[in-house]
Amino acid sequence: MARTREMLTGNTSVAWGVRLAEVDYVPTYPITPQTEIIETLAKWIYDGVMDARCVSLDSEHSMITAAGAASATGVRVFTATSSQGLLYGFEMLYTVAGWRVPFVMVNVSRGLSSPITLEPDHNDILAARDSGFLQIHCETCQEALDSILMAYRLAEDERVLLPIFVNMDGFHLSFTREPVEIPDIDEVRRFLPPYQSNHAFFKASQPMAQGLAVIGGSSYSYFKYQMHLASMKALIVYQEVSEEFNKIFGRSYNTTEGYMTHDAEYILVMSNSFSTLGKAAIEKVRKKGMKAGLLRLRLLRPFPDADLKAILKGKKAVAVIDQNISVGKGGIWYSEIAGALYHEKNKPLLLSFIGGLGGKNISAQEFEFIFNAMIKAFNTGEIETPRLLYTEGEWREMERLKSIAGKTYNK
Amino acid sequence: MNMTLIKSIKDLPAEENLFPGTPTCAGCGGLLALRHCLKALGKKTVIVNAAGCFTLLSVYPFTPFQNSWLYTAMACAPAGAQGIRDALDILIKKRRLDPKEDLKVMVLTGDGVAYDIGLASTSGALHRNLDFYYICSDNEAYGNTGFQSSGATPFASRTGTTPVGKTSVAGSILPKKNLFEIWRSHNPPYLATISPSHPVDLINKFTKAETYKGPKLFINLSPCPAGWSTDPAHSARLAKLAVDTGIWSLKEAIYGDVRHTVIPRKFKPVEAYLKEQGRFAHLFKPVRQEDVIRKIQEMVDQYWNGIQKKDFIPA
Repeated sequence: MARTREMLTGNTSVAWGVRLAEVDYVPTYPITPQTEIIETLAKWIYDGVMDARCVSLDSEHSMITAAGAASATGVRVFTATSSQGLLYGFEMLYTVAGWRVPFVMVNVSRGLSSPITLEPDHNDILAARDSGFLQIHCETCQEALDSILMAYRLAEDERVLLPIFVNMDGFHLSFTREPVEIPDIDEVRRFLPPYQSNHAFFKASQPMAQGLAVIGGSSYSYFKYQMHLASMKALIVYQEVSEEFNKIFGRSYNTTEGYMTHDAEYILVMSNSFSTLGKAAIEKVRKKGMKAGLLRLRLLRPFPDADLKAILKGKKAVAVIDQNISVGKGGIWYSEIAGALYHEKNKPLLLSFIGGLGGKNISAQEFEFIFNAMIKAFNTGEIETPRLLYTEGEWREMERLKSIAGKTYNK
Repeated sequence: MNMTLIKSIKDLPAEENLFPGTPTCAGCGGLLALRHCLKALGKKTVIVNAAGCFTLLSVYPFTPFQNSWLYTAMACAPAGAQGIRDALDILIKKRRLDPKEDLKVMVLTGDGVAYDIGLASTSGALHRNLDFYYICSDNEAYGNTGFQSSGATPFASRTGTTPVGKTSVAGSILPKKNLFEIWRSHNPPYLATISPSHPVDLINKFTKAETYKGPKLFINLSPCPAGWSTDPAHSARLAKLAVDTGIWSLKEAIYGDVRHTVIPRKFKPVEAYLKEQGRFAHLFKPVRQEDVIRKIQEMVDQYWNGIQKKDFIPA
């Protein structure tokens, strides 16, 4: 099968990545907006076009357990979830990461309850930030497909051996059709050899105890820190995987994407599908003469400190738009980026904005507000407190809803 | 059916797959039964464990088993068994694993998992007709955390969360959940209760179970000296008393069809079993709670009055 080009949703792009990766096993549990992925895979498997087994589990907790246990037996595994499902299975994320099982899991981002909602922000996937899973976040459908292939290479590398998340936004990417090049299977096989598990397996001739308890902090620290070292090593492995991917498929994905950042004085930092809105805003403001660029976070665990600093150092001001909120602190990436830049001599001013929670749009005016805030901060040297992006129209609409709900405005 | 059942403890398999020197409490009735279960299952078995006392059997870098082992978490051992079973089947089907390397998959949990937190994942595995064994070591409370009430705790047992006090003279006021019937409602091919005091019955049940593909489930009443406040030397005797008083009925269900495998000729009064245990001490001291003891006796009598003699198959 040669390369083909089709209009695919984010979800079907992921499914194609899984099919091309010749995954053996897909434990499933449905949740909006992820379900199209597992339905597509189930159809292919039941039609016999994909030589794999899928099984419907009783919860995400069981699903992640089955995924980890199958990977610990030696097969290539894929699974997917979203939002509440991810949190329902949360205990098992840390557990299977500790098993050092290199399977791929897609999270289709969706705001967390409560209030219960459908549209995306990143509090779901960022809750899993410290679990030991690597994380790749995608902006486009093509990137979602390609990232599945890269994810298996990265996770299964003997220097890494950790599970990995590929993240994309619910609705905005999961249900958006874009032209996607479906790679040729022989090229994929050249890039991604079959999974051969030398470290974790179950077989009669060689009994093995896996996932067993430790007593005392010294053993615990040892195994935990090994995971950290393996994750950090993934930064090196990522470069190799990325270069080889580019060589075979002609598409390149760095750990962070710099968009018009080379000569930029001001930088927006964003991630996932809303970055497309940010890029449009950059193009617009450039026409007005402002030297602005956008840095898109793609590999989020391990955190690509060096690549990030290479883009941000020497800039006048950087505005981080966090599509998440750590209640009682603020934007999660803002803290991480501030940490990364702390020792830089030539570090930019760093501004924090919370935007796009629960899929709220970020309008042209809101981007304009951010650009003005960056210029003002550079001119005055003063940084204002983190702000929520919220328009006057949205405020008025909320007031209207509150009055319908019987909550009158109280001065 | 072509299978060899044994008649006496002299016929128990000599094979040992669980070795001594584990950190379980002296007199652990669960460990006693597990040793027999592994004699029956053999070395080519992977044990999938959920959080409980037995989790501490395998502590890095030691394991007392000849078998493979995977500790999962508390609620999801049957899902872990699903992943392993499916992966082994896939590897064999795709000729990446020699069929000789195949393993039986066995879930090992306590009653807190089986009756409470792991009920949904077990139900899922039964519904999917997963080909696996499940051994529930039932000591009638959350033992590893120091003996708190679980769905398996019987009426009138004192536990850490059902203490005996001025407002609760009986201890636990709830009856024990009927896990046998909950599991049986899923119509598994083989389901049985076992006891460490009846190793011949236990071994024969595993022999029968092995002839079926699908879930093969076992509930073992596990005397627990630390939780029951009993003498570790008396565990086997207490397990036998539970059977002789009719409190623990030894039975099996093949595709839902129930047969009792041991029926005492003459039932001992429940008091003989209760009075030996610290967890029931409040029924006898400082004042004898006749009504509570009678109620327990009535519950046991009621159960056995519903059992016909035809349900008995001699071991």
